[in-house]
Amino acid sequence: MYRYDEFDARLVHERAEQFRGQVARRLAGELTEDEFKPLRLMNGLYLQLHSYMLRIAIPYGTLNARQLRKLAFIARKFDRGYGHFTTRQNLQLHWARLPDVPDMLLELAEVEMHCLQTSGNCVRNITADPFAGAAADEIEDPRILSEILRQWSTLHPEFSFLPRKFKIAVSGSSADRAAIMVHDIGIEILRSKTGEIGYRVFVGGGLGRTPFIGHEVGSFVPKGDILAFLEAVMRVYNESGRRDNIHKARVKILVHQIGIEEMRRRVENEFAEIKKSGVLQLPQSEITRIAAYFAPPDFATLASGDAAFEAAKRGNRDFANWVKTNVHAHKMPGYAIATVSLKTIGETPGDCSSDEMDGLADIMDAFGQAEIRVTHEQNLVLPHMREADLFALWQRLEALNLATPNYGLVTDIIACPGLDYCDLANARSIPIATAIAKRFADLERQQDLGELKIKISGCINACGHHHVGHIGILGVDRKGVENYQILLGGSGAEDASLGEILGPGFDREGIVDAVENVIDTYKNLRSDSERFLDTYRRVGAQPFKERLYAR
Amino acid sequence: MLVKAASIVEDSFTPVADGEHLPDGPVIVSLKRFLAERDRILAREQPLGVRLESGESPQELQPCLPKLALVVLHIPAFRDGRAFSAARLLRTRLGYGGEIRLTGHFLLDQIAFFTRVGVDAFDVAPNISVAEIQTALHEISDVYQPSVDGRVTIRDLRARRTAVPPS
Repeated sequence: MYRYDEFDARLVHERAEQFRGQVARRLAGELTEDEFKPLRLMNGLYLQLHSYMLRIAIPYGTLNARQLRKLAFIARKFDRGYGHFTTRQNLQLHWARLPDVPDMLLELAEVEMHCLQTSGNCVRNITADPFAGAAADEIEDPRILSEILRQWSTLHPEFSFLPRKFKIAVSGSSADRAAIMVHDIGIEILRSKTGEIGYRVFVGGGLGRTPFIGHEVGSFVPKGDILAFLEAVMRVYNESGRRDNIHKARVKILVHQIGIEEMRRRVENEFAEIKKSGVLQLPQSEITRIAAYFAPPDFATLASGDAAFEAAKRGNRDFANWVKTNVHAHKMPGYAIATVSLKTIGETPGDCSSDEMDGLADIMDAFGQAEIRVTHEQNLVLPHMREADLFALWQRLEALNLATPNYGLVTDIIACPGLDYCDLANARSIPIATAIAKRFADLERQQDLGELKIKISGCINACGHHHVGHIGILGVDRKGVENYQILLGGSGAEDASLGEILGPGFDREGIVDAVENVIDTYKNLRSDSERFLDTYRRVGAQPFKERLYAR
Repeated sequence: MLVKAASIVEDSFTPVADGEHLPDGPVIVSLKRFLAERDRILAREQPLGVRLESGESPQELQPCLPKLALVVLHIPAFRDGRAFSAARLLRTRLGYGGEIRLTGHFLLDQIAFFTRVGVDAFDVAPNISVAEIQTALHEISDVYQPSVDGRVTIRDLRARRTAVPPS
């Protein structure tokens, strides 16, 4: 993975020291909260319902064991002994105390981490496919471009005060595990007919209160041009994005209002001008230099179908169940990608305790895993496991209560922190997620239902991605009472689509029954092994409406 | 108070409202007035500044830029970052070499960013000291992006020393 040199390291240390000075001024009363707010937001520090919340950047979701142990240490020493992994591959600590934050930043800087640009109207943490470097279908490791973009976007001189926040995601294959179609900019790495690798660029996707699927703005941007091209998109947005209304300020609204044709025209013009100066041309030597950090580990030459692995699956049904859902094909024979579910039934989706983080770091060391990945679906991934080690891995995960075999199933629910923590929320998300998971806890039932993605947001800002859930749930406030609407048919993957609201919402008790009714309706309608999403797309909303709202 | 190169300087320009008589000496007029009365204003042959509101494009000044001594970028609120693009365009594509002055509501912590895109004069609030500006300009030593300030980028610095090979 990427390793800081003295320049990267100095920047994050200086930044931590700068914030120490700002916090001191705030605590001494020299800065009002109004004056302090933009400064703390530039360092990922939010003020929420009960406490400050610190959002730690995890670039493209990649952590080494040392970093994971440091996160465990920081959460234990300065917070309440746990953190919350988010849909943007970051980690949030929800109980931070302001005087501690400079020390927390310094601890992070020591392991090449920071909270830069995890809030504010700037380019946020660059996210990528969590299976990077391991997926069998990958064209190129998306972390190479992601790291180039991390450096390009860090304290960008022109684009640090955009109309609104700006999120970029990169996928290294045509299968989209990074939700690129619902980002401000989504980048798909692809290979042209002549074998050249380049970038397909989408713009104007996003969720929130006005969701849109991204539009193609560049069909094939050559590697060397990508910074000039992105700078062109950013400049068009910075100049023309709306600043009169915070709810209409994202680039998706600009694209929607002027149309993708006009957006393309403006970007092409700007791109041509920027290219003329040549300053932002990305030399092959720089790409090669960064790519070296992401060179694959030394894979052994193995045969697939390790005998002991196959025997373990036959001998242990629980293990076989876990393999069935949580293990994915690796590009190398004899290797596998293992997903560690953070969706233990009855627990908060995405939460991870300091003890669990330490335990996972020990597991990484034990199995020679240099990295662990955070997924936008709030799970963790060990990308380069030997098949022969999977049984031992599973036993150790079992001991940590982290071997829940539910990746992609109905209990693998995305949920935002909701009204339990967030001052923007209208309703609680976590209790809904845990109640649904408990209702569907039976594993045979989950497996029978197959891939089914439930995503829950506690307000229209959509941090829980409810628009792109196969079943989305949106919490709203109805005259002071929490109320939950159901959306069906969304997807955040390569077949991206936005869910449609089914009808009137349900109260806290009713929503779990309603979800169960939706799922029962699907079961009656599906043909063979048809996924929920495919059944919905085939039959439409009507049968579900009839079942839910029949008088 | 007007600050250039982190020291306080005398401001020789007089801002003149639209419709008011232009006094002798260096003046600042709005873009609107400049475009309406361009020939007459330029014929004065005295140092001239034009003030752009946020959202007004510096491209409108293009043919006359060599005749301007000052372009004022006025921002209504620190969140409005359009002036960053305006300044950078003035310094790059439009080839403007005169003073770019920032007025309006901006933060101490934005001065370093604005300096990077070519703003070289700041009309700062009296509660900000030159010492604070000095500190703010030097808190972060290195930069990743090439920009119009010509600072050596981290990529250049890396190329100058033996690369640390990734492990």
